[in-house]
Amino acid sequence: MRGVSVIGIGETQFGELWDKSFRELGIEAGLRAIQEAKIAAENVDAIYVGNMSAGKFIDQEHVAALVADYSGLVDQHLPTVRVEGGGACSAIAIHQAAMSIASGVHDIVVVGGAEKMTDVGDVEANAILSSTTDQEWESVFGATFAGLYAMMARRHMFEHGTTREQLAAVAVKNHKNGSMNPNAQFQKEITIETVLQAPRVAEPLGVFDCAPLSDGAAAVVLCSADKARKFTDTPINLIGTGHATDFLAVHDRRDLTTMDATVIAGKRAFHAAGKTPIDVKVAEVHDNFTISEIMAVEDLRFVPKGKGGYATEDGETALNARISVNTSGGLKARGYPVGATGVAQAVEIVRQLRGEAGKRQVAGAEVGLTHTLGGTGATAVVHLFARGD
Amino acid sequence: MKAGIVTYGAYVPRYRITPKEIGAVWGVDGEAMGKGLNIRAKSVPGPDEDVITMSVEAARSALKKAPGITPKDVGAIYVGSESHPYAVKPSATIVAEAIEAGPVMTAADYEFACKAGTAAIQTTMGLTLSDMYKYGMAVGADTSQGAPGDALEYSASAGAAAFVIGKDPLIASIDHTISYTTDTPDFWRREGQAYPSHGGRFTGEPAYFKHVLSCANLLFKRAGTSPEDYDYAVFHQPNGKFPVRAGRTLGFKDEQMETGLLVREIGNTYSAAIMVGLCAILDVAKPGNRIFAVGYGSGAGSDGFDITVTDGVDAIDRRSGRTLRRMVEDVKFLDYATYAKFRGKIRMREG
Repeated sequence: MRGVSVIGIGETQFGELWDKSFRELGIEAGLRAIQEAKIAAENVDAIYVGNMSAGKFIDQEHVAALVADYSGLVDQHLPTVRVEGGGACSAIAIHQAAMSIASGVHDIVVVGGAEKMTDVGDVEANAILSSTTDQEWESVFGATFAGLYAMMARRHMFEHGTTREQLAAVAVKNHKNGSMNPNAQFQKEITIETVLQAPRVAEPLGVFDCAPLSDGAAAVVLCSADKARKFTDTPINLIGTGHATDFLAVHDRRDLTTMDATVIAGKRAFHAAGKTPIDVKVAEVHDNFTISEIMAVEDLRFVPKGKGGYATEDGETALNARISVNTSGGLKARGYPVGATGVAQAVEIVRQLRGEAGKRQVAGAEVGLTHTLGGTGATAVVHLFARGD
Repeated sequence: MKAGIVTYGAYVPRYRITPKEIGAVWGVDGEAMGKGLNIRAKSVPGPDEDVITMSVEAARSALKKAPGITPKDVGAIYVGSESHPYAVKPSATIVAEAIEAGPVMTAADYEFACKAGTAAIQTTMGLTLSDMYKYGMAVGADTSQGAPGDALEYSASAGAAAFVIGKDPLIASIDHTISYTTDTPDFWRREGQAYPSHGGRFTGEPAYFKHVLSCANLLFKRAGTSPEDYDYAVFHQPNGKFPVRAGRTLGFKDEQMETGLLVREIGNTYSAAIMVGLCAILDVAKPGNRIFAVGYGSGAGSDGFDITVTDGVDAIDRRSGRTLRRMVEDVKFLDYATYAKFRGKIRMREG
């Protein structure tokens, strides 16, 4: 199969963007990526769009055709695909687009991810987010999205001695990274006390343990590796992908403190790339809650099981430490427009591998990883990227 | 010839409840909530008080200060509120009868969220300047609603203010007024709903701040003034944070805003908010003082007023009745149960 490279990236500002619509955001990110890749409309073979729930957030379905239309690509009559998969949707879109290139069907595919979450109130937005859990067996009995993650956090604290301060350390680190990202929703550093003293959402998680509701979009242009150098001197190769699922409901899972989908997706990606976790210097992981990042760094084998909290507290996942995790600020500080997440993570890793991450640049980053979750971990997608030179 | 304020009066109920007391019921750190909102207590109407009784109190207080004003010369009364007791039947006619104005007069109720009262001031300015009548009375009053447990419950309070607007004898001239209005749905209550809905943080930047700051800058331009020209500044005060931030952004100093910032002690009186703030300033202002006032109503719009206090302010009896400062300080604190009873939140026996 053919290799796949990233030849262009683009993203919008992330935040509560009240004066921008879903389509404006999607187009802004897509056109930036296309311009950066220096390709013309005729070069694009297909568009893949990751979007969690435009139908519920803005009453708009059929967003794949919408994106092609409003991108000004309607003359090309391109095949367009919208991918759904909770928070992992646009990471899955990257996987699907990459397979279409690897198979030889397409040469160049634009992959976008977008979500417009602030057209509905906070309560409705949270209800929509909860729709990625098991409606019949979780939500209907009163479990909220945060409540389910809170159960994982409590169990992690019980089994591994993880502390609230360690959870807080994730938010503090990611806000610090976000302060160096001009596109981040939150660019302000916070302290452990801020996190600990914030109002509780679902014990032990407080407001600052949760990623915000956000608007935003991101896009990448994927190209077959053999043609990538025609468009860029610094192609970043997608060297491995793992996509795995698990029980939809948390209570059916083998272990509350491990996400098996992440473990399997990680193994598949590392196996495909012929790499190990030690090779990864920079990673964007799915920190929709602080506990999620702690579990992710363990399940991806960056640290031993149970040591995620300690490692974060000790600064091992800080910028330019042993492994730099969530240099963009992560979902916590960069923002969490759900459908944009997987692609936004890829944009950050490409920036890091190209050496274009500015103040938050990780020195000598050769291999980078993205990890994206759907729901409470019923879907996990891991992508590994490496410099093409 | 300019139109302006001939006399003024305000009313704030005596009852108060603290954010801490409210928070305790909902499992929220109310003290922190109050700190965040910069609100120490909010006023609560008594069980037999509503927009009409409070409007009457304010209107009577205004006339008591200026015995020279004959109620029969009041050719219009407009009552601005979003909590009129009747959906159909005017509050303004009851206020008119209570102060013995009319029947040769016009009256109507206004609604524009928190700026219905200032809209009434502008209307009466225009109609007195056109000599349609000698004086018009503009009232802003609310017993505002906040759903139990909602963020609004910590601030939504009660109060009223009445201004008699005319050309002579003025206690303060309104030298310029300008408004800034867009369709911005940040806060609303549909027919039949008991409590309003709001857009969370959307009520801030794209709503309150956009309109207040835009209106203020237009007013500076029209009046040819800058913040240093004013002795006092007062803004709509949905909480204690927004007006201070807006004022500082415009270049006002905290000292200029202190007198009119009543929200910290009485909460958000909605249609009355900027008007009671203005009354507190008029209680102490001296001839020649200049006042910069910009209100805000959700939905959304801002009304701005450039006001100069005249020598006439010493000719009325500002000490008659209770000053706003006294009403703010004379308080009786309620527990949540009594508050719930007063606000009609307890379902009573039927039939």
